[in-house]
Amino acid sequence: MSAVASHTVPSAALRFARGINVGLAVFLALYGTIAVLQPGYFEVEGFLNFLRRAAPLIILACGQLFVIAGGGFDLSMGSLVTLTVLGGSMLAGGNPENTWWTIGVLYLIGLGVGLVNGLVVTLLKVPSIIATLGMLLSLNGAALMWSGGAPRGYLPENFRALGRLVYRDVPVTGIMPLSVLILIGFVGIAAWLLHATVFGRQVLAVGDNPRAAELAGVPVGATRVLVFVISALSAVTAGILLGGFAGVSTAVGQGLELQAIAACVIGGAQLLGGRASVTGAVAGALSLFALFTLLNLMGLPQPLRETVQGLILIAAVASSAWRMRRA
Amino acid sequence: MSAGADIATARPARDVPVAPLLFAGSLALYIATALATGQHAYLTGEGFVGLTQRMVALGIVALGQTLTILVGSIDLSVANLISVSAVLASFIMKGEPAMIVPAVLAVLALSAAVGLVNGLIIARLDVNPLIATLGVGLILQGLLSASFSNFAGSVPAAFQAFAYGRIGPLPWSVLLLFVLAFAIWLMLTRTRFGAHLYATGGNRDGARLAGLRTERVMIGAHVLCSLMAGLTGLYLASRLRAGAPWVGRDGVYDLESIAVVVIGGTLLAGGRGGVWGTLAGVFLFATLDAVFNMTGIDAFPKQVLRGAIVILAVAVYAVRSKGHVA
Repeated sequence: MSAVASHTVPSAALRFARGINVGLAVFLALYGTIAVLQPGYFEVEGFLNFLRRAAPLIILACGQLFVIAGGGFDLSMGSLVTLTVLGGSMLAGGNPENTWWTIGVLYLIGLGVGLVNGLVVTLLKVPSIIATLGMLLSLNGAALMWSGGAPRGYLPENFRALGRLVYRDVPVTGIMPLSVLILIGFVGIAAWLLHATVFGRQVLAVGDNPRAAELAGVPVGATRVLVFVISALSAVTAGILLGGFAGVSTAVGQGLELQAIAACVIGGAQLLGGRASVTGAVAGALSLFALFTLLNLMGLPQPLRETVQGLILIAAVASSAWRMRRA
Repeated sequence: MSAGADIATARPARDVPVAPLLFAGSLALYIATALATGQHAYLTGEGFVGLTQRMVALGIVALGQTLTILVGSIDLSVANLISVSAVLASFIMKGEPAMIVPAVLAVLALSAAVGLVNGLIIARLDVNPLIATLGVGLILQGLLSASFSNFAGSVPAAFQAFAYGRIGPLPWSVLLLFVLAFAIWLMLTRTRFGAHLYATGGNRDGARLAGLRTERVMIGAHVLCSLMAGLTGLYLASRLRAGAPWVGRDGVYDLESIAVVVIGGTLLAGGRGGVWGTLAGVFLFATLDAVFNMTGIDAFPKQVLRGAIVILAVAVYAVRSKGHVA
């Protein structure tokens, strides 16, 4: 986007200011404030624990980013997280031996959900907002049906370890949560897929202008289906991590899809496609999570957190729209 | 939602008369289920009145949502505004008949203000309507839940007539729904504002270049939509005899109002559609509710089916459209 405006030759300072990702700046400001209130957050250990708790939201944001980059929305993510946590506890039934095949089954469910979302959008031509909204209603109903409304069973210890195990006495960093390793791997793959492969280029092309992409030979339908599969698989991953420390409940995934979309937008992704970056989405998710942590620390009553979240959301998008106009 | 490229390519086939088809299909489903389950009470005049009564709450807010979607925007804050309106109404009334008028005026003024804020954020600050109204909805809900945690105040008997009173066999509220639908239809098809609304939704840049004040049209649509949400809140307060901070969210009025508008054949990208399709979509939802009741399907499978039906209802005519949708 700076290339388009290059003929005006903005001053070096202005170019520098524009190059900073809003999400990253917001995150650093918020995290700095948290660390002033709670000095523990300045240490490596504090930061890694923060990352561990933020990991599910970051993973969801990366998955959602692919759908947004391709011009759509995935509203079914949060309900798939709920289904993953409830289904995991129902399938595993607390028995550690069941953990690995349970995780396999959960990913198969995710694959199925992603395929259905993608096929409904590409073959039945239902707008993704409606298609994934229908999926949200259905998955919530299915999760409640499966668990009978009140979840039974619990997640075995080795299942929960994925989300909460912390390795001690690690060189350099001191501790290393397992979920942070999973997070790094996941973000690495997402960044590689979106920014370094032909597929990533195709996703952005489809999001920018599907007709033009089609004429240029991009398999539009297959690309669309794949982004929904990526999004669903990331929801299952986030669900598995969340199950480790959030406990089993029917509300565990509620509202996460909107937080993931918000994270992408704060990170500079353009709704309806064409512009997206994984670092931006990660920064956006980090700032949202830092905001929640900060509001928690300040002891704000739960409902007012929603109000602040709404204000930040509008402010972030308004500022990026303003920067776009200036650019 | 003003994806210019999609407007030309993603329109449904012109020849599908969505509203009458949906209406006839829903009615057939309703009658067939009543006959099959032998519950003939549903087929009496009283049964049909009950069916239309189910349409009121979702119907009023969906009429407003039709306007925002037509103009190429969307409103995710309606559910939260409904809760705010219901609570505010019963909190101001506190069971006093004398406070009915001030309460109604306060709710309508607040709703108009929320619509104005939505419209200004979208039109002036250029914020994506999904994010803008989601943010405003979060702000409203946060303030409401911080102030009230349970049923607040109560509604005097005179105001309950809004939901329970009847003129002949017809409930006032059903009459109001159809009067509103007719008024909005007149506005859309017979006034300059209506024409500007379609023009702005069809092609915002084109409309602006043709000299329309698209910002004002966008803001007007949002103010009307929020007023409708306020009315729905008043209706719910009257029916529940008090307002509670969860009535809007529990009804999923934000997502369901969007779903019925789209099922009714209005383009999500704006510029095409109308009120009768929306009403037919609301009728389908009311029918499904009644059918689930008749067949005694559990709450959870009901939700699964509802999700699938939302998708299928849109797919029925969307599948024939050319080009790509996102």
